[in-house]
Amino acid sequence: MSQGTLYDKVWDAHTVDILPTGQTQLFIGLHLVHEVTSPQAFAMMREQGLTIAFPELTFATVDHIVPTDLRTRPFLDEQAEGMMQALEGASQDFGIEFYGLNSDRQGIVHIIGPQLGLTQPAMTLACGDSHTSTHGAFGTLAFGIGTTQIRDVLATQSLALDKLKVRRINVHGQLSEGVYAKDVILTIIQRLGVGGGKGYAYEYGGSAIDSMSMDERMSICNMTIEGGALVGYVNPDATTFDYLRGRPFVPEGPAFDRAVTYWRSVASDANASYDDIVELSTSEIEPTVTWGINPGQAVGVSARLPRPEEVADPAAARRAYAHMGFEAGTPVLTIPIDVAFIGSCTNSRLSDLRAAARIAQGRKVHPRVRAIVVPGSFEVKRQAEHEGLDRVFEEAGFQWRAAGCSMCLGMNPDKLRGREVCASSSNRNFIGRQGSPGGRTILMSPAMVAAAAVSGHIADVREFL
Amino acid sequence: MIPIRHISGTAVPVRGNDIDTDRIVPARFLKEVTFDRMGEYPFLDERFDAEGRPKSHPFNDRKYAGASILLVNANFGCGSSREHAPQALYRSGIRAIVGESFAAIFAGNSLAIGLPVVAIGPEDMERLMGMVEREPKIPLTLDIVEKRLGIQREVMQIDLPETARRALVDGHWDSTSLLAANMDKVRETASRLPYLSRFRTPATGS
Repeated sequence: MSQGTLYDKVWDAHTVDILPTGQTQLFIGLHLVHEVTSPQAFAMMREQGLTIAFPELTFATVDHIVPTDLRTRPFLDEQAEGMMQALEGASQDFGIEFYGLNSDRQGIVHIIGPQLGLTQPAMTLACGDSHTSTHGAFGTLAFGIGTTQIRDVLATQSLALDKLKVRRINVHGQLSEGVYAKDVILTIIQRLGVGGGKGYAYEYGGSAIDSMSMDERMSICNMTIEGGALVGYVNPDATTFDYLRGRPFVPEGPAFDRAVTYWRSVASDANASYDDIVELSTSEIEPTVTWGINPGQAVGVSARLPRPEEVADPAAARRAYAHMGFEAGTPVLTIPIDVAFIGSCTNSRLSDLRAAARIAQGRKVHPRVRAIVVPGSFEVKRQAEHEGLDRVFEEAGFQWRAAGCSMCLGMNPDKLRGREVCASSSNRNFIGRQGSPGGRTILMSPAMVAAAAVSGHIADVREFL
Repeated sequence: MIPIRHISGTAVPVRGNDIDTDRIVPARFLKEVTFDRMGEYPFLDERFDAEGRPKSHPFNDRKYAGASILLVNANFGCGSSREHAPQALYRSGIRAIVGESFAAIFAGNSLAIGLPVVAIGPEDMERLMGMVEREPKIPLTLDIVEKRLGIQREVMQIDLPETARRALVDGHWDSTSLLAANMDKVRETASRLPYLSRFRTPATGS
């Protein structure tokens, strides 16, 4: 059993009680809400006559269904308009702060929490979205939950949970040029498997993680759930505190200093004990892409597509090839693409857009490729435009859009068509994920997407730097 | 809440590891603001092609009609947190899922709606699926209290977390009432957390 880890300390500080079932009742310090998984929870609240316990600890925004081009209301899609109205109505009825399309705080829920300083170390956080693990980058225990659990949080500001084991993942070394946080997490998932994290919280550490920016740590923690672990986190340090200082919801002056002292105190002890420890060296990591239908089916860009019998689950590999239409043994670098998508809660922050713009600068998107860039929030868009990144992308032939989940999932007008192959900076290559049942997704870093967009096929970003 | 102790019925096997929630309910059906119609959608894109013609899938196979126990392989329900996935299965008539393993959020969502998800080993699952595929009408009995699965004269040991077993057996699977009974302690816990007072008072450490 783990001891002295951040997970143990934050868990203990938020334990309300042990329930008759043996589960822990855990207090939730921050609740984030979006339009897709919440309407049924608000409906249950109304039907059951429940009131919201701590309205000031819930914040809502819209991201999944919003169009990223034409955003005038009512939306052309009546169902999307209905979802929008449901959340607007619920926010008003339940007294919840809501950042809608007219707010300069709107954006993907996992982008705006950190950006506003709502997400802080030593907190517990819940959101009806599996990529809630993103917030763990701050040393936050962040839980992706379902709709009935959203009702639990609204009504009681707490959840009934089983304590997880803790696996420490050490990443040693420094990333070489062209290798990004996305490549690190894809490699981790490839090694440990998409179900390998079951029952665990992942604590990421080691010199490579220590020297990462908050944006990079968020990309890593974001995809924790793709490795089967519910929670992932990085211990808070000076990088964390520097990021938070001055953000709207972060305390100022002496209160900030007290906060830092407290935040430091929850970091895992030097002699903390873990249920498992995994070691990985950056020398083993090159730009990485997926070739199949789950994020663990990944390979280095200079390799050939593996034979089914070479991987952990040959049956899954055969199903993946049947969907993707790829042949084992094909060099990764020859795979053509039709669509390039830069965006999603994994990789739509300013640093992601800068890395992709560096590749796009002075180049042209391949004539066969449809390419879009979707900033993660209104604020990311504003900053990127201030730096002129929008012009770099548009001159290269990318479409520059407004903030939302966009083509990460088929819930808004941005979708794959037919059997299109998409080079995507998002997090899931599941069958049908990008809105077309026959669509095919290849996950990679934003810079790799830009390199593929200008090449018309998967390319090694290191040759563009 | 109603205790859930025994489930019996015929079974339907859906083979394959890592069946994600996008495959169970494609995202476009998440635009409905109620769960009312979810029972129409399980595995929809795997059951029908773009023109609506049925494809080969156990949920389309009449020999499994009326099945109430779903048999699956490893890491079932991975991916998105959408409760629409267990809701769709439940509303289509599934009352228990037996698998080799389940993704964490899916398992939590299933328990919260009173849909038991229980595990058996890969060899037992292979045998069980084979038996059901050969004889789809044989009844299964699932005993949550004693953690046993019966099929014909055979009894298999099932695995589920003790907390989930107690929640089902005692009728506490709908957690809101349990949590709400503790609101005094919830407020007490909140009062101890320095960030909720925005660190206006000196922190006490953890």
